[in-house]
Amino acid sequence: MFASLLVVAIIGAIAWAGSAVGLGVLFGVVLPYVAVAAFFVGVIWRMVYWAKSPVPFAIPTTGGQERSLDFIKQAKWDCPTTTFGVVRRMFLEVVFFRSLFRNTCADVREFDEVNNGPRTIYFSSKWLWVFSLLFHYCFLLVFIRHFRFFMDPVCPVITWIETIDGIMQVGAPRFFWTGGLLLCALLFLLARRAFNQRLRYISLPNDYFPLFLLIGIVGTGICLRYFDKTDIAQVKVFIMGLVHFAPVSADGINALFFVHLTLVSVLLLYFPFSKLMHMAGIFFSPTRNLPCNTREVRHVNPWNPPKQFYTYAEYEDAFRDAMADAGLPLEKQPEKAAE
Amino acid sequence: MYNAKAVIVGIIIFAGIFSAPFWVNFNGTRDYKRPELVLPKTPNEKACIESAEFMRANHMTLLNEWRDQALRNENRVYVASDGRKWTISLQNTCMKCHDNYAEFCDKCHVTNNVDPYCWTCHILPKGNK
Repeated sequence: MFASLLVVAIIGAIAWAGSAVGLGVLFGVVLPYVAVAAFFVGVIWRMVYWAKSPVPFAIPTTGGQERSLDFIKQAKWDCPTTTFGVVRRMFLEVVFFRSLFRNTCADVREFDEVNNGPRTIYFSSKWLWVFSLLFHYCFLLVFIRHFRFFMDPVCPVITWIETIDGIMQVGAPRFFWTGGLLLCALLFLLARRAFNQRLRYISLPNDYFPLFLLIGIVGTGICLRYFDKTDIAQVKVFIMGLVHFAPVSADGINALFFVHLTLVSVLLLYFPFSKLMHMAGIFFSPTRNLPCNTREVRHVNPWNPPKQFYTYAEYEDAFRDAMADAGLPLEKQPEKAAE
Repeated sequence: MYNAKAVIVGIIIFAGIFSAPFWVNFNGTRDYKRPELVLPKTPNEKACIESAEFMRANHMTLLNEWRDQALRNENRVYVASDGRKWTISLQNTCMKCHDNYAEFCDKCHVTNNVDPYCWTCHILPKGNK
């Protein structure tokens, strides 16, 4: 955990120092281009790699009763047997995180009246669901809001989103709820790993690193907007230069902006090689994208070699005369077979 | 590759969405320049209350603070970083020089999609008045 924090802090410090000594071109132009290229190539490579991997077994997750006899009610939303049902389940999974909604938590209650002593209890736990929804949707809105730096004139949809986002009119520049909630959600996801002992035991650096990286990105973004401001007219000129492949000088922009940009670049570089690939991976999950029709349709392992069959009819053809001589029962008698 | 059709459609959707920053401005300006402002022609003062660099980045915070000072704390005096004293008033101090709303304020605000809510209380200056 602290190693991940240290790595993110070092990346930020390097970007800060680098842009302060005049390496703004390296952190503001070269690194973002390399990162974007690596992001696209890496993600498409991972998708093709997954698409090439055979699925040996039908392993759909069943969250309810599979289709069976007519008088047994099928759980159509959780155990679909049709393509439409699978698409529906996938859509709800991607948009509403339905499987996280089913999350349960096991705990030992020290004293329970039923047992008159300690007892293990299981209960529904929605916190992960709530905060991951919050995180993902706030991140989406923040990403969309950033398009004001990528286009001129700015699309009215973005103006509308900003109006809604800053509807409370707190301060100037207006406080955007998505930014604040995004940070809260990330801090919850981090606290969950840090303070839940069972989760902490199974958490690895590749769990903490993206969290700290995202906290760094959101933190620098919030700082740039509300505290350590920079001239955004100049930032827009710089960003428009980048997206039109005609980079301009980075002079006059706060070093913190380059920390923000560098952390985003690191996120893009890291993305294809990490668990963040669940963005594409969810669509490749056999547990999610296969219909629950294992009793109706035989799933053939794609890497099985073609089988050499030797049927009884062929066997009888080969040994008919000998079998007839021995008086064994035959499907076809020798004189009939000859006709 | 298994399910090649679906995977290729997925790859195209992914590439389309995430390359949006590079093509979304397809119909807009290719050669984006910093908006050119019309500075006050007959300035009543020699310089703005703070340096241009400070004002570019922080004028919105300053205005917000001025509002709080004037309306909530009844303090109408602002001491600038160089020691000069100013009356805290948008219309009588700022807009005495910066009177061209369309060619000064709006230039940056529109291109950067900033919609200040100053004018829910103050009267929005029309044109070059």
